[in-house]
Amino acid sequence: MPNLKDLRNRIASVKSTQKITKAMQMVAAAKLRRAQESAEAARPYAERMETVLAGLSESLAGRDDAPPMMIGTGKSETHLLVVATAERGLCGGFNSNIARLAREHALRLLAEGKTVKIICVGRKGQDVLRRVLSNQIIDFVNMREVRRLEFSHARDVADKVIALFEAGECDVCTLFYSEFKNVITQVPTALQLIPASIDSDDDAPSKPDASLAAYDYEPEEKELLDELLPRNISVQIFRALLENAAGEQGARMSAMDSATRNAGEMIDSLTLTYNRARQAQITKELIEIISGAEAL
Amino acid sequence: MAELLKFELVSPEKLLMSEDVQYVTVPGTEGDFTVMPRHAPVLSTIRPGVITVLQDGGGEERIFIRGGFAEVNPEGLTLLAEEAVPMADVSRETLDRHIKDLEEDVADASSDEKRARVQEALDHLKQLHDAL
Repeated sequence: MPNLKDLRNRIASVKSTQKITKAMQMVAAAKLRRAQESAEAARPYAERMETVLAGLSESLAGRDDAPPMMIGTGKSETHLLVVATAERGLCGGFNSNIARLAREHALRLLAEGKTVKIICVGRKGQDVLRRVLSNQIIDFVNMREVRRLEFSHARDVADKVIALFEAGECDVCTLFYSEFKNVITQVPTALQLIPASIDSDDDAPSKPDASLAAYDYEPEEKELLDELLPRNISVQIFRALLENAAGEQGARMSAMDSATRNAGEMIDSLTLTYNRARQAQITKELIEIISGAEAL
Repeated sequence: MAELLKFELVSPEKLLMSEDVQYVTVPGTEGDFTVMPRHAPVLSTIRPGVITVLQDGGGEERIFIRGGFAEVNPEGLTLLAEEAVPMADVSRETLDRHIKDLEEDVADASSDEKRARVQEALDHLKQLHDAL
């Protein structure tokens, strides 16, 4: 029979845990709205960029002098993985899902005898990957201090990637992040940055091919692409970071929601046990009194 | 009133401006150009500088932009800028920061061609700085 005081303490501690999870859920909900708004605000830019690039790459397709950032170096020896995760935990499987996808990808490449280099953006992903792939991690971008995600953060990451590529230290670059489908679904995604993967079958609203062909390019297409491709990498990374931010809050919200519910259930069952124990004790005391009285 | 040009200014963070205007002057990499309604389709990169927007009512707005490109299509003009600040809010400090950035870029540039391009942008910014 657990003693009453212990039970009371446990109920009190579960209650305070529940208060914390409840508060975290509400904070996440508020942050989620903001994160979602900024993710949506960033969409027009990324979409326009995609449309323009799709048009440009079409007109350059098949030419030998297309920039390497678009067609690759022709090798696929060294792979660079950029793994973007959250800075904080307590958000369900959010971080581990991204890290798992990246880890599997990395291990498969290693098994094929390729060289793998990893840049971690966000502490949680680094914590997980460090265990298996510590030798492959070449850089770590700390986003802990970042209150509000700005484009410059993404550009810093992109600059690192571009510098590595231009120095010939990687052939293929893939970005891992979590796509924000809705509040309860986040899909871990791998996106190839270099060579640029430009899907021409996207459902972008206006993509009249005929009119794209009629563009005057200033400067020349090739120079334009040289300038746009690195920018596109920043844009893609920025979008990934924004999606991550929204996904993180969404995941945390649902994780904390179920934690709050679980705590509630635990309190209920503990209260039941507590009441039983209390009644048992009262009965026991009564029996003692009565039998004491009878003995007189 | 004559025909109007549909103008959109987009930064990675948000859609900054979307309205019908009379014309927009854009600092293209190969020279400034003004886009009026029914302009031929053009795709151009831009250098750091000031765009001038003549609004429908006749009011003029000047916005400092940096990094990006302009796309003119039959529907209108879309300007994708990495950074956009209304001229009224541009301070010497912001410009100083950009100038410093670019000076570093000049130092780091990998080829002469690139260096020349960055240098040009830098000179332009310095002019702007002096004019302020």
